[in-house]
Amino acid sequence: MEKISKDQVKHVAHLARLHVSEEEAAMFTEHLSSIITYAEQLNELDTTNVEPTTHVLDIKNVMRKDEPKQWITQEEALKNAPDHKDGHFRVPSILE
Amino acid sequence: MALFDYTIKQLEEKVHNGEITVEELVNASYERIHEVDDEVHAFLTLNEENARAQAKELDKQADKTAALFGMPSGIKDNIVTKSLRTTCASQFLDNFHDPLYNATVVQKLSEQKAVTIGKLNMDEFAMGSSNENSSYEPTRNPWNTDYVPGGSSGGSAAAVAAGEVLFALGSDTGGSIRQPAAFCGVVGLKPTYGRVSRFGLVAFASSLDQIGPLTRTVEDNARVLEVIAGHDAMDSTSADIEVPAYTAALTNDVKGLKIAVPKEYLSEGVAPEVKASVMEALKVYESLGATWEEVSLPHSKYAVATYYLLSSSEASANLARFDGVRYGVRSENADNMIDMFKKSRSEGFGEEVKRRIMLGTFALSSGYYDAYYKKAQKVRTLIKQDFEQIFQDYDVVIGPTTPTPAFKVGEKVDDPLTMYANDILTIPVNLAGVPGISIPCGFAKEGLPIGLQIIGKHFDEATVYRTAHAYEQATDHHKQRPQLGGAK
Repeated sequence: MEKISKDQVKHVAHLARLHVSEEEAAMFTEHLSSIITYAEQLNELDTTNVEPTTHVLDIKNVMRKDEPKQWITQEEALKNAPDHKDGHFRVPSILE
Repeated sequence: MALFDYTIKQLEEKVHNGEITVEELVNASYERIHEVDDEVHAFLTLNEENARAQAKELDKQADKTAALFGMPSGIKDNIVTKSLRTTCASQFLDNFHDPLYNATVVQKLSEQKAVTIGKLNMDEFAMGSSNENSSYEPTRNPWNTDYVPGGSSGGSAAAVAAGEVLFALGSDTGGSIRQPAAFCGVVGLKPTYGRVSRFGLVAFASSLDQIGPLTRTVEDNARVLEVIAGHDAMDSTSADIEVPAYTAALTNDVKGLKIAVPKEYLSEGVAPEVKASVMEALKVYESLGATWEEVSLPHSKYAVATYYLLSSSEASANLARFDGVRYGVRSENADNMIDMFKKSRSEGFGEEVKRRIMLGTFALSSGYYDAYYKKAQKVRTLIKQDFEQIFQDYDVVIGPTTPTPAFKVGEKVDDPLTMYANDILTIPVNLAGVPGISIPCGFAKEGLPIGLQIIGKHFDEATVYRTAHAYEQATDHHKQRPQLGGAK
């Protein structure tokens, strides 16, 4: 049995904001199932009393002073955008 | 002898005493690129006009003391360069011609007067081990163009091996500097997590990514790291720890050095000729007065599974920024905004990138988070503790960089798991956050290079370099050159 169903794959694709064709959904179902099966070897290890590691440095909550700084201009912020108008990014309609 | 057979230090002397000009160095770089890059495909974008102009300017300067004065360099294309196209080898960023700022590492190279020759090919968004995931023409191995150069920093390793640049920057999340360095017969270091600022590195897996140098010699590598390492207020994960003079650590003295050799790194999965080269290297260390003992990293077999869960999860979050609104390519076939996101991303990303985003989204999704993501974070702790234990008694860990030499183009593209398994010896180093280097230690029968991996304690790149340098000076593997485009 596959570890993940084609419907789950389509749901995950929606969460990840990816469009998948039927063929791609079938391929990802197969690939993700085999990767997840492989990953389940981690269950051989008892980790009940093990703390998770998020990253290896002993650094927490690095703060800086809340001071305004010159960074980029509005014009610069917009210059690589696929579409913009009147100083704003423009996107297709959100509401039907 | 070609210009790039000299070290940075030797070229520096030649520039200082007027024997050569920066213009000649930069010309040599482009000449070589025009001669061989049709075969190698290391470069995605050239900075030719600017680099030539900069060379002329540098030659006019009286003060030539900057640490990398006039040295031709290549930058992996996931490191942002102001006004120079930065694509991450992805169609999504094909039109990203005008980045707004320089990554901190690029800024630091520029302050030390290195010249950026161009941007280097890679696996798309650094996801891959062969360069075959580049959405442009994939880089080939300069030693034999039927073979892959490794990845993801395959362009960086190939450009240095082919003599197109003197040094290159790469990034390493699970082996992406060391594995291509091994496949292409060059020196590649992944520094300690936190040693080098990632500001301006397009993020893949933020708890693992590090930028590092690829060079022909250990000395050059140490010299570039001296320039790019250090704390940066723009990267909250960069460590505020002093940067030692790495080049001063190259004392050629490894007497009494204690080497640990994990038995898992010489197990049956490792090709006999790779194992033989590593055993030969250990003999060299013995003759230099170091000692070695077999040890165990018992959790290393779980590293690949741990890595793919964690790195894909982090990638799924990091790559959410590619939405077709602020930069990159937007699909023209969308009716509404959600549809625009989906179509832009699906048209812009290649298959491997989508696969990892899907895996990561799944591992982080409700109901699966504890079973996959959190479980992997806990196993990561065990892998890290394996190294901590060993480093209580030993100075460095030594083994092969990869289980085999370079494989053929197309050989592993159909099965993601086989491709992932190639990184089994490099991934544990990223999970533990320690520094690791790959240096040339021999050649397989097809003439393909083999890499020796030296792993050190957190922030102890100095010992890693000293160990690597002593071996390099005692051998001549690093003096071999690929016979590309005619002997050079």
